[in-house]
Amino acid sequence: MAAFCRGRHRWKRTNFLHVLTRNLTGKYDYDLVVIGGGSGGLACSKEAAQLGQKVAVLDYVEPSVKGTKWGLGGTCVNVGCIPKKLMHQAALLGTAVKDAKKYGWQISGPICHDWATMAEAIQNHVRSLNWGHRVQLQDKKVKYLNVKGSLVDKHTVKGLSKAGKEMILTAKNIVIATGGRPNYPTNIPGAVEHGITSDDIFWLKKSPGKTLVVGASYVALECAGFLTGIGLDTTVMVRSIALRGFDQQMAGLVTDYMDAYGTKFAWMCVPKRVDKLSSGALQVTWTDTHTGNEHKDTYDSVLWAVGRAPETKALGLDKLGVQLRKETGKIVVGADESTSVPNIYAFGDIGEGRPELTPTAIKAGKFLARRLAGHSTELMNYDNVPTTVFTPLEYGCVGLSEEEAEKRHGKDGIEVYHAFYKPLEFSVAERDASQCYLKVICERGGDQKILGLHFTGPNAGEVTQGFAMGFQCGATYSHLLQTVGIHPTCAEELTKVNITKRSGLDATVTGC
Amino acid sequence: MHQTAVLGTAMQDARKFGWEFDETVKHNWETMKTAVNNYIGSLNWGYRVALRDKNVNYVNAYAEFIEPHKIKATNKRGKETFYTAAKFVLATGERPRYLGIPGDKEYCITSDDLFSLPHCPGKTLVIGASYVALECGGFLAGLGLDVTIMVRSILLRGFDQDMANRAGEHMEEHGVKFLRKYVPVKIEELEAGTPGKLKVTAKSTETDELIEGEYNTVLIAVGRDACTDKVGLDKAGVKVNPKNGKISVNDEEQTNVPHIYAIGDILDGKWELTPVAIQAGKLLARRLYGGSTLKCDYVNVPTTVFTPLEYGSCGLSEDRATELYGQDNLEVFHSLFWPLEFTVPGRDNNKCYAKIICNKLDNDRVIGFHYLGPNAGEVTQGFGVAMKCGATKEQLDSTIGIHPTCAEIFTTLDVTKSSGGDITQSGC
Repeated sequence: MAAFCRGRHRWKRTNFLHVLTRNLTGKYDYDLVVIGGGSGGLACSKEAAQLGQKVAVLDYVEPSVKGTKWGLGGTCVNVGCIPKKLMHQAALLGTAVKDAKKYGWQISGPICHDWATMAEAIQNHVRSLNWGHRVQLQDKKVKYLNVKGSLVDKHTVKGLSKAGKEMILTAKNIVIATGGRPNYPTNIPGAVEHGITSDDIFWLKKSPGKTLVVGASYVALECAGFLTGIGLDTTVMVRSIALRGFDQQMAGLVTDYMDAYGTKFAWMCVPKRVDKLSSGALQVTWTDTHTGNEHKDTYDSVLWAVGRAPETKALGLDKLGVQLRKETGKIVVGADESTSVPNIYAFGDIGEGRPELTPTAIKAGKFLARRLAGHSTELMNYDNVPTTVFTPLEYGCVGLSEEEAEKRHGKDGIEVYHAFYKPLEFSVAERDASQCYLKVICERGGDQKILGLHFTGPNAGEVTQGFAMGFQCGATYSHLLQTVGIHPTCAEELTKVNITKRSGLDATVTGC
Repeated sequence: MHQTAVLGTAMQDARKFGWEFDETVKHNWETMKTAVNNYIGSLNWGYRVALRDKNVNYVNAYAEFIEPHKIKATNKRGKETFYTAAKFVLATGERPRYLGIPGDKEYCITSDDLFSLPHCPGKTLVIGASYVALECGGFLAGLGLDVTIMVRSILLRGFDQDMANRAGEHMEEHGVKFLRKYVPVKIEELEAGTPGKLKVTAKSTETDELIEGEYNTVLIAVGRDACTDKVGLDKAGVKVNPKNGKISVNDEEQTNVPHIYAIGDILDGKWELTPVAIQAGKLLARRLYGGSTLKCDYVNVPTTVFTPLEYGSCGLSEDRATELYGQDNLEVFHSLFWPLEFTVPGRDNNKCYAKIICNKLDNDRVIGFHYLGPNAGEVTQGFGVAMKCGATKEQLDSTIGIHPTCAEIFTTLDVTKSSGGDITQSGC
């Protein structure tokens, strides 16, 4: 009680003396205040603290429309990469159990999946990560405040706690790393009231049941993929194309596999309305834009995965004149993560034109911290970022898509080596490997520098990482061929690829 | 068969991820063996078709030199045919070595027998500590069998010893028994059968102690011998290393006899790996008949040991690097890690391990890459390409990780062995 009073008293006094002290000494409460405790914000604040800066990180989760909230760590830890990969793993294990029978494992009786067991286990792990992050911040002497931060002026941040208490912090530099949240299609009647998003799916206590996933982003496909894998009736409704921005041939292989895997697709369809029936089920009405016809079907859940956007309104950015890009709502940033206001920086998902990935946010955050502490001038390099889509058939890539490579170098300026291969593990399991494929896009002639590398198959992330490193070192096609393969693996096929698209020859790998 | 064992673990994990099925899960050896052998049969057939398609004359007969340019081929029925050729390539490979103790040939099996064994091997003693021994012992244990591995001295001779011991420790923690510092002295049959019962007597390498054990199957995996003794190499004048029966070649795979070449496992001082043999063979053919000059690059060959916790590596072991460059000229970066897939099942925390060895004298060039964890082959392959490009630590650090994977650990290695810093992991 005494501590609380003392604290409040101190805040009041600080407020009053605030402008005074600043003008007199130019001293701030903190060297750095980071708004947003996600992958980027945490990395930045910890690095700054390690370099001797006085740092505070403000993290606050505005509950989703459905009321879901979570702890420290941001999107990746709570409603992104981590729970996604774990649910994807649950789905893969379902396939593994089926494969096991072909390898001699004898399982009597039926095999079924219990959502609650999976969800609880995953949610517990996420909570342990929240805790781990809090401990880390403490260890690294970063002040963690569970308050919603907003900008008052270029050196002042206001924090609002859940209980409504306000606090003011001043900082030499301010970093915004508040990321994004899923979009709701507010123009569709019933969408907000009856639908859920990726913010909710990982925290559901009960199975979502028969689900309609609207969207064709990797979020949509990954979610639809694991829902199908655990045995749920799942449909993906796609307005036009899948995985926009990704190599479209690869995107096709990913969705073809999902189709064979059991996910239903409603291509070229747009939802019109969502109504809740007296039974509790959701009735979705949609238009098939190809035929113009209207259709209806009922689902237990509707998951909107139609894009993500930052919530910048509550940040107070317009007041300070921080420039945003109108179309996306993201903050316009320079190569050094600076915004239009000096000493205010932004990075991670909220930065316009930046990859929405955890590893780039972490790295950018660390580099920014080092620059702000005067320890380095090194800028973040956003080129050659590898990534993986964790759909039932995983897709890993680094570098340019074939479309982009053609645009930049011309069709005659590139050579595409490709192969359809069959993972050894699929053989005994008698699984269809029709979509297991890889392609290496190279400059034609000369050193044949690799411009892009694409792989669909099991463990695509593990496969792609090392090749991304090779890419970073400027690997050429001959480097690939000179590297001896590890046998038997899927990755080795990338070191053996030799059929060009140009030749028109059959690209199916045969034999040992 | 390793995959079968991996799936066994996957099934246990599956329960933690919400999959529900009968508690008692047993493994049927015959089902697995049949499935595996059928697949191998399809590969045998595929090879025959491929040879036919490429107009290669396939002769199923045992060949031996009778003159420098002439061979005699004897088929299964004893019929002899003769062939002469301008050039010859020796690629006869190796076969498992026996121990040379009473009962070894009569009662023991080797890897030549294991994969097509008609009955389940049951309680098994594996003699040896090669990757063959550890891989076989590993998957047999994964199938639920009682497995003991008898090791004379060290594990995985020639490999990085720290990595080898970690791989071995993992096996031990998961139920594989190790008898360290023993050599078998005799094998006796107690009962005939499929499998029968064998008695193994072994002697300690340090004392006079003798121990005995009973097993259904004894698998010998103490090394492989080159098949160069009965192919008439003396008639062709090809020199063979008397110590190991292997053949020395120059960097174009040519033996001391100009028109005779050799590739693969029989080469002295080279890798016993399929992809190396394939690469060497192809490049040789292209040099002989395609006008190419490209030679096989045996440096930085990536490889993987498929033990229960797999071990992938490329380049030098820490032991060898230290020998070559001295500890002061090396910087070793390392980390433990916990694959996300292991978290929910709650297994093997801080057991998986990543290590790279950098040469301080050469721009911190990565000269050794070592990974202990799931899907080691898939992880290691790409890094093999990077090392072929001469990757440095800086380039490793500037590569962005793919999240969440195991492989990404290599993009954020910053604790050095020399610092003694804590490498246990917590959190995302």
